[in-house]
Amino acid sequence: MLSFISQRVLKGVIVLLAIVVLNFFLIRLAPGDPAIVMAGEAGASDQVFVKQLREKFGLDKPLPEQLFIYVKGVVSLDLGFSFRQQAPVAKLIGERLPATLLLTLTAFAISLMLGIVFGTFAARFAGTFLDTAITVFALIFYAMPIFWVALMGILLFSVTMDWLPSFGYETVGANLTGFSHAVDVAKHLIMPAMTLGLFFMATYTRMTRASMLEVKRLDFVKTARAKGLGDAVIQRRHVLRNALLPVVTLAGVHSGTLIGGAVITETVFAWPGIGRLMYDALLQRDYNLLLGVFVICSAMVLIFNLITDLVYRLVDPRIEFAS
Amino acid sequence: MPKRVLLGLLLACGLAAPALAQEPKTGGVINAVIQPEPPGLMLAQVQNGPTQMVSGNIFEGLLRYSPKLEPQPELAESWSVSEDAKTYTFKLRKGVTWHDGKPFTAADVLFSIEMLKQTHARARTNLAQVDKVEAPDDHTVVFTLKQPFGPFLGIFEVGSMPMVPKHLYEGTDWKTNAYNNAPIGTGPFMFREWQKGSFIRLVKNPNYYEKGKPYLDEIYWQIIPDAAARSVAYETGKVDVLPGGSVENFDVPRLSKLKDTCVTGAGWEFFSPLAWLWLNNRQGPLADKRVRQAIMFAIDRDFAKDVIWNGLGKVATGPSASTIKYYTDDVKKYPYDPAKAKALLKEAGYKGEKIRLLPLAYGETWQRWGEAVKQNLQDVGMTIETIATDVAGGNQKIGDWDYDIAFTYLYQYGDPALGVGRNYISSNIAKGQVFNNVEGYSNPEIDKLFADGAVATPDSKRKEIYEKAQKILVEDVPVAWMLELQFPTITRCKVKNLITTGIGVNDGFKDAWLDK
Repeated sequence: MLSFISQRVLKGVIVLLAIVVLNFFLIRLAPGDPAIVMAGEAGASDQVFVKQLREKFGLDKPLPEQLFIYVKGVVSLDLGFSFRQQAPVAKLIGERLPATLLLTLTAFAISLMLGIVFGTFAARFAGTFLDTAITVFALIFYAMPIFWVALMGILLFSVTMDWLPSFGYETVGANLTGFSHAVDVAKHLIMPAMTLGLFFMATYTRMTRASMLEVKRLDFVKTARAKGLGDAVIQRRHVLRNALLPVVTLAGVHSGTLIGGAVITETVFAWPGIGRLMYDALLQRDYNLLLGVFVICSAMVLIFNLITDLVYRLVDPRIEFAS
Repeated sequence: MPKRVLLGLLLACGLAAPALAQEPKTGGVINAVIQPEPPGLMLAQVQNGPTQMVSGNIFEGLLRYSPKLEPQPELAESWSVSEDAKTYTFKLRKGVTWHDGKPFTAADVLFSIEMLKQTHARARTNLAQVDKVEAPDDHTVVFTLKQPFGPFLGIFEVGSMPMVPKHLYEGTDWKTNAYNNAPIGTGPFMFREWQKGSFIRLVKNPNYYEKGKPYLDEIYWQIIPDAAARSVAYETGKVDVLPGGSVENFDVPRLSKLKDTCVTGAGWEFFSPLAWLWLNNRQGPLADKRVRQAIMFAIDRDFAKDVIWNGLGKVATGPSASTIKYYTDDVKKYPYDPAKAKALLKEAGYKGEKIRLLPLAYGETWQRWGEAVKQNLQDVGMTIETIATDVAGGNQKIGDWDYDIAFTYLYQYGDPALGVGRNYISSNIAKGQVFNNVEGYSNPEIDKLFADGAVATPDSKRKEIYEKAQKILVEDVPVAWMLELQFPTITRCKVKNLITTGIGVNDGFKDAWLDK
């Protein structure tokens, strides 16, 4: 298993470097010049100023040299300097990453847990009203765009009912500590996490349902029944466990999509995570910052995929790690 | 009475006016929206709008300006001008200290000017006429100009010329100086905390030189990136101040009607944002003056004001906003007249060639305006193709002159020499840059008028020159002027005296207080 992990890590590093090089060029393909953006924000655009900014960004150097400098930095774990934010990229990402991890992991846990529970119920009571209700709701959540769900959530739970805060990570100025701070953060987290999680929950519900219905028809389930096992045991140990494999695969793939969804969720709810940092960096053509966020996100996706592979083995002991 | 007219009247009257009569109360916290999040707070190095809005509380300039743009004391308590209008002497306030306790002196002014010449594009241009700056003593600064420069007393507000602490910056690498992220100024509020992506916290400067001020204990600048979420934050009572431009215009009438809400359009007199369409004068049908004039006649600018901007602002008559010096409306008029536009297009021989329109990617209001203009132009027979892009992409296209018509709005900074001429003089035609003469208009007479206007004396001579320039430009239509924009500031009515100068919320909250 160790050799499997080390091989995957090595491959991951190579993939990461390839991503860095690809992104480096992709970003520069987009029209827009960071020096012009900054000059625009300053309300002035004389030649000296723009030239000064280009020199500061290192944009006056030839592209291969810029790439070499950047890759050299990444290899030595230096993600560069954001000139627009006037701070090292690693520091900026480090400040925001915990919030994004809290949001995405909570959304991920909620969606996976509820998705599997609802999917199991739908499969268990297939063809009944409960199944239809779960399927219809799953379809609705699957179809609704995240930003719309977010705005409707704010309208209902913040404006109309005044139950939940509409924005932010915590109550600013409240200076809460300990448990009351945790409760405050949790209150702020509910809506963004649910908004982000609903789409994925719907996906897992549908996937679990379909997969369980398929497994239920297989011979080993009949054998289990013939052995006289109870329905609950069959559903849990035999059907669900086998049906989870495609769900786990999908969850691994979704790790990257979750970050994408976080961009919208974090923007609407003013959640101070890297999704928004990435969005702002993109609009401002803050190349170093954008590349830094891409590197971190890619690394996260690779780590999630490694975890998925390891979870396979736990779910289905028949799977072996190929070295 | 139509609602938008009522709103306009309320704005015109200035709802905050009755507050002036009340005795200010000390204490309290204000939550205000800042959008977008500033990239940094070191005003001498970062000059975008949000930076000034926050840092205008931390840093100060030598002067501030009244709504009529008259200079008022700030760090300079008095000033005098020599008879030949070439020597300006500023007497600095005594007893002013930086937030770290060190005294503010004339040496700081001299250092700030040297720094700004390298880091602040607008300050560098503004200071181009300065021959030398001297400090005969700790509290006197003397500027000697190469020649008289009419708008000179208009270049000292905090955003144009913020004072920087020499003792913290001299001999350091300015761009990586640790104080960039924890700025030290002389202003009424001190920087305390910045949780990136969440909020910026400023606290009262207890040693502020104006005794009793500031009245507020703290300011929290809340960072909320989505416009709808900003409206909700106000509606649910989480923020008390929505500075101009914080919410989409179509939300303004709704928010204005909320209980205990006051709205004012004041505080933009210095900047005087003017919206226009860049018209690429170099190529295609727009190279013909008659086509450009046809565009002016074809666009229903009253509709844009009344519907898209909810009655806020004023239809522009030419290159100068009516709030800045030497404005005249004695120029050729372009009322909405599609028939005249069609006739001019026919006369110019326009045959339906495709015209590319670049809207401004600043949100829903601008998108709607782009659609309205497209419809207006199509109505008179023009073929318009809208090009979708984000701000950075749009700026690149405009800078590369790769457009036909493009939306923009620019500040005017109170004087035609500072904020108007730059867009029309031919020496400002430089590919790869924005916000200069990107339309490619070249007229030696205009070049001369703007060159003369900047240095002419007395004032009546400047007036004569700029009025002539306005007449010529309005006849030539190098760009299509749309509206003098008004960005209403929405506050709880308990917030008093928030806006007391022509620089508005960008000038700090030192006069503001809460009627608890």
